[in-house]
Amino acid sequence: MKVSMTINGTEVSADVEPRTLLVHFIREQANLKGTNIGCDSSSCGACTIHLNGESVKSCTVFAVQADEQEVTTIEGLADGETLHPMQEAFRDCHALQCGYCTPGMVMAAVSLLDEVPTPTELEVREGLEGNLCRCTGYHNIVKAVLQASGSKS
Amino acid sequence: MIPAAFDYQRADSKEQAISLLSEHGDEAKVLAGGHSLIPLMKYRLAAPGVVIDVGRIEELSYVREEDDYLAIGALTRHREIETSDLVLTNSGLLAAATKQVGDPQVRHRGTIGGALAHGDPASDIPSAVLALRASFIIQGPSGEREVQADDFFTGFLETALESDELLTEVRVPKLPNSTWSFQKFNRRAQDWAIVGASVLIADNQCGVGLVNMDSKPVRALPLEQAIESGASAEEASELAAEGLEPPSDLNASTEYRSHLARVLTKRGLQESGK
Repeated sequence: MKVSMTINGTEVSADVEPRTLLVHFIREQANLKGTNIGCDSSSCGACTIHLNGESVKSCTVFAVQADEQEVTTIEGLADGETLHPMQEAFRDCHALQCGYCTPGMVMAAVSLLDEVPTPTELEVREGLEGNLCRCTGYHNIVKAVLQASGSKS
Repeated sequence: MIPAAFDYQRADSKEQAISLLSEHGDEAKVLAGGHSLIPLMKYRLAAPGVVIDVGRIEELSYVREEDDYLAIGALTRHREIETSDLVLTNSGLLAAATKQVGDPQVRHRGTIGGALAHGDPASDIPSAVLALRASFIIQGPSGEREVQADDFFTGFLETALESDELLTEVRVPKLPNSTWSFQKFNRRAQDWAIVGASVLIADNQCGVGLVNMDSKPVRALPLEQAIESGASAEEASELAAEGLEPPSDLNASTEYRSHLARVLTKRGLQESGK
């Protein structure tokens, strides 16, 4: 069936099976490989994107559920060469090691600050509960989100 | 993991959803937010021939204040419930249990109706609606009926919903002066509860709903009666697992779950002022 959605401001249409997952649509139809597939069972958060401005795990959404909706992926955050403040904060704070969780972590963090603009450390930790990182121990990720929230306010 | 192939139908109104359900019967599953159904389909534990997407029926997403209850549309997302002033003021226990579901991404998509219609004994929300004595509005081809939470959960992943019926609304009593506590024991962030307990004290009435303590969401009836007869939290919580058959799995044995139920209900009762 035909599915059309706006991804990072560009309309993408494709004829896909109803069982196609949104993460596969993004990676294969829109050819945007920044969104990673991790656990594939809505636990790890590596595939986190924004659907109509809210963080969701794209491995647990059918592409057809996003038909005619707005999707933002990690590729849609930066403005040309200028990184999004959250990406900048991740770089400044060395909030990544292998980087596999990073796109999902950044997308979850941006959504968190949309809802809670100046979170406490505990609110950041709870807000990123759905994203697993096996390298950093989370410390610098939390630091980066707190830094980005300061730069926002 | 890719689910088995299915035929996709989108319903734009509840009437259309019910007519599609009548047409496809047992072959069909209702898709709301998808956070219970899609994982089951990916593991191929469910392979419906037809998926009826009700996720865009906006008339079923609301929290409204009525005389003595809050009417919550079945498609209201968890995030809206946990942040709703009406829910926080009148049924704080439901907001607290909802806030413990999964993680923020899951709560952006998952709906109250979807979680309840799934009938999972490991889910947090059924315990809260049981403790609150909520009721459910179910619509079918011949009209509407109201079912009490106690009669809704009939077995493991089974509910009172017939194959041509749709859960449309949850009615939660307004209890602004109640005291309550939601207790959840798990080992890792975002995990399902190994055992959980929703405790509600309103005047002389006690409601305790349990997570993962039987094959379906259940109330701790002997415990509730003990509290209503004047027993202390310590005495009443000893009865938390009475008459129940908690599952035994890799996370916990039956005995350990019974122990957790006693500990968690005691904490919950004490936190609720008992």
